[in-house]
Amino acid sequence: MTTLAVAGRSSLSIGRRWVAPAAFLLLALIDIFFFAHYAHKGDATLAFSQPFAKVTVPNLALPGRATAYVMGGLSVVLAAARALELGKVARRASIGLVLFFFVIALLCWAYAGSSNTFNVINQFQGTLADSIPLILGALAGCLCERAGVINIAIEGQLLIGAFAGAIFASAFGTLWLGIIAGSAAGGLVSLLLGVFAIAYLVDQVILGVVLNVFVSGLTGYLYDKLLVPYANTLNSPSTYLPIKIPLLGDIPIIGPVFFDSTLFLYITYILVAAVQIGLFKTAWGLRVRAVGEHPQAADTVGISVKLTRYRNVILAGLIAGIGGAFLTIGSVGSFGKDMSSGRGYIALAAVIFGRWTPLGSVGAALLFGFAFELQSILSTINVPIGSYFLLMVPYVATIIAVAGLVGQVRAPAADGQPYVKA
Amino acid sequence: MSESPSAPAAPPGSTPDRKPEEKPSFSRAILDAVIEGNSVVVTILAILVAIVLGGLLIAFTTQSVLHAWGDFFSSPGNAIAQAWDAASGAYVAIFEGSIFNPHTVSALFQQKSMSIALHDGTVSSVFYPLSETCVQATPLILAGLSVAVAFRAGLFNIGASSQWIGGAILATWLGYGVNLPIVIHVVVCVIGGFVGGAVLGYVVGLLKARTGAHEVIVTIMANYIMQYLLAYLLGKPKLLEKPGANGNLISPNIASNAHLPLLFGTHLRINAGFLLALACAAGVWWLMNRSTLGFEFRTVGANPNAARSSGMSVTRTWVLVMLIAGGLAGLAASTVIQGTDFSLNFQSYGTYGIDAITVALLGRSKPGGVVLAALLYGALHAGAPLMQASTGVPVDIVQVIQALIVMFVAAPPLVRAIFRLRAARAGGTGQVLSKGWNS
Repeated sequence: MTTLAVAGRSSLSIGRRWVAPAAFLLLALIDIFFFAHYAHKGDATLAFSQPFAKVTVPNLALPGRATAYVMGGLSVVLAAARALELGKVARRASIGLVLFFFVIALLCWAYAGSSNTFNVINQFQGTLADSIPLILGALAGCLCERAGVINIAIEGQLLIGAFAGAIFASAFGTLWLGIIAGSAAGGLVSLLLGVFAIAYLVDQVILGVVLNVFVSGLTGYLYDKLLVPYANTLNSPSTYLPIKIPLLGDIPIIGPVFFDSTLFLYITYILVAAVQIGLFKTAWGLRVRAVGEHPQAADTVGISVKLTRYRNVILAGLIAGIGGAFLTIGSVGSFGKDMSSGRGYIALAAVIFGRWTPLGSVGAALLFGFAFELQSILSTINVPIGSYFLLMVPYVATIIAVAGLVGQVRAPAADGQPYVKA
Repeated sequence: MSESPSAPAAPPGSTPDRKPEEKPSFSRAILDAVIEGNSVVVTILAILVAIVLGGLLIAFTTQSVLHAWGDFFSSPGNAIAQAWDAASGAYVAIFEGSIFNPHTVSALFQQKSMSIALHDGTVSSVFYPLSETCVQATPLILAGLSVAVAFRAGLFNIGASSQWIGGAILATWLGYGVNLPIVIHVVVCVIGGFVGGAVLGYVVGLLKARTGAHEVIVTIMANYIMQYLLAYLLGKPKLLEKPGANGNLISPNIASNAHLPLLFGTHLRINAGFLLALACAAGVWWLMNRSTLGFEFRTVGANPNAARSSGMSVTRTWVLVMLIAGGLAGLAASTVIQGTDFSLNFQSYGTYGIDAITVALLGRSKPGGVVLAALLYGALHAGAPLMQASTGVPVDIVQVIQALIVMFVAAPPLVRAIFRLRAARAGGTGQVLSKGWNS
């Protein structure tokens, strides 16, 4: 199929050059003819500090309609520039800028002439919080898929992590036990994935889907059977409170966003760094990637393919389980049926969108988290735009990405193929 | 794993003690099948293991059982009996809710005469569980066929849910939005369901054919996109929202002309949708096994490179397969909207997409197998509410059993290892070709 894909691609390659400029132009036209045209008269106010902050930054009042027109105009310019040949950096920067202009135009339209202010700090804080399970799930995906095992079971790993986290934190009254239990539960689901995929050679995509069904059924069953009747003991954990890092946490704008959050965010920082450095700067990472790209070659030089895969799959489950525990003891507390609600699939999308690199998928996860947070903030001020369209953003973006409209996306070569020693 | 010590790898004639042309006797064939664990035997054993595991889960999450096991050493018999009662009680309740409930027969005998019994629905109530099983199985057959057709052509359709929604939107809209005479309206809506699903399938196939976008990723994403689109449409009064629904995200009821006709009177919900599903299964069988197109589908599924070198258009096949698969999933929506629900809400798609995958896998992607698998899962779904009402076992257990069955069906070596069966001839049964993102 690879040859075929190439053949299919080449026939489209002439058209593809115009896809990005066309998309930019489309966004620009929305900026101008929708956001600017329908914006109310008056200013849109953006706030950059939280109430009671030690150091405050003044609010920024933008004239709504004019700003949206400017944003649209700048996007048109970028679309024209994009039609020319650009370097790699310039191409990526242009995408970021157009999206940024789009969001600003959207905010101008939503907040112009309104007494509400859009709090940028809240938006970014929420983005990071929303992204934690996505980031950890995406790291799990990277670890698995870099070693050549497709992980669609992220959803199940998150869900069972949330379940175990809530039960253990609630029953024993200690929060850190919740994290450990959530992580271990995620690891168990991963172990199932590993055994069936590596030892019994079951198709990994099917397996992942079925594991998600299994976990959803199991947690749903146990929820009705145990957590509802014994809700007071088993399903009422306390939650982690934000920890403000001294000094760093007081920096305006950056402090409250990055250094004033629950333990989970700090764990996430550490794990992101560890996985990125581990995969690309250590001998271990080189071996893992070799196993994911060319298991025969790795085997020939004495790397145990199966062992590497088992280790990575279980490690991935442990990480995703922490992300799951965040859903309960890191945010809302008690467990609810199917509370991961598709986050695992978004994490999978982030892995693909981020081209199977940890940092790339973290970026994608943050982008998706931003869209969700923006949606939830906009839905509180009754913006007439269908908030459902904002919720669709990650999914549409992923389809665009895999369709190769924003450059080629290529998975590790041996991803999903079981290795049988010849 | 599948070291096959016996059988046809050795050229005929090299085994002088067995004449290859001689057909084994019927009983011998069955014995062989059991010992070697062919696909049917493995499937049955997989179902058995899943039911046993499900039973253990039921037993050991029931309080009385746990208490009894606390006193295991003083009264082991009681502990085991309690566990058995808990598990078997749940399964008996499922049986009574899905196949046959003895109480309904005794009620029948208390009636004065057959004509009264026919009139007041006592006779119907005997067949009510079976009817419910068929009703539940109908969309599962169609959605399962959707996944199965794609499987046979080497594509994995996780997007039955999105195609279901596509079909449902169109069928519902045609159902209340237009006025047509009685038979025509039904047909138009059913075709609408097919088209609604087929469009989505077509897009997936086209994306794969033109750009190489992996259908698994595209269909997963399409599921969520369609869910949000459905919620959006149901929330807009000018679009699909029921007048006066006040944000309840529900569509108007479809016209009674568009209802699928009931088959056995007003007491039983079984309707023409079931016949439609069976007809589609037969149609898919013909398509896959008797038509040129089906031959191309299977060839592309087995080996796209070989298909291409023999002059078949692989990309065209992908598009066509996904179109048909999407249409079948859309028909599933049609049978639900026009057969039982009569309106569409934001959760109508339920778990059809996932159930379809389990049905197709259990049915080994063959139309006959899909029908049987759908009937089994339909029975579990039909019996589950009664089980929850009478024994307090949550309905989610059905999902657990469903997933377990498929996990074991997908791993024949594991089932053989559990039951110490010999490896099957010719390299194992039901081995799904494992593919990665790049293939």
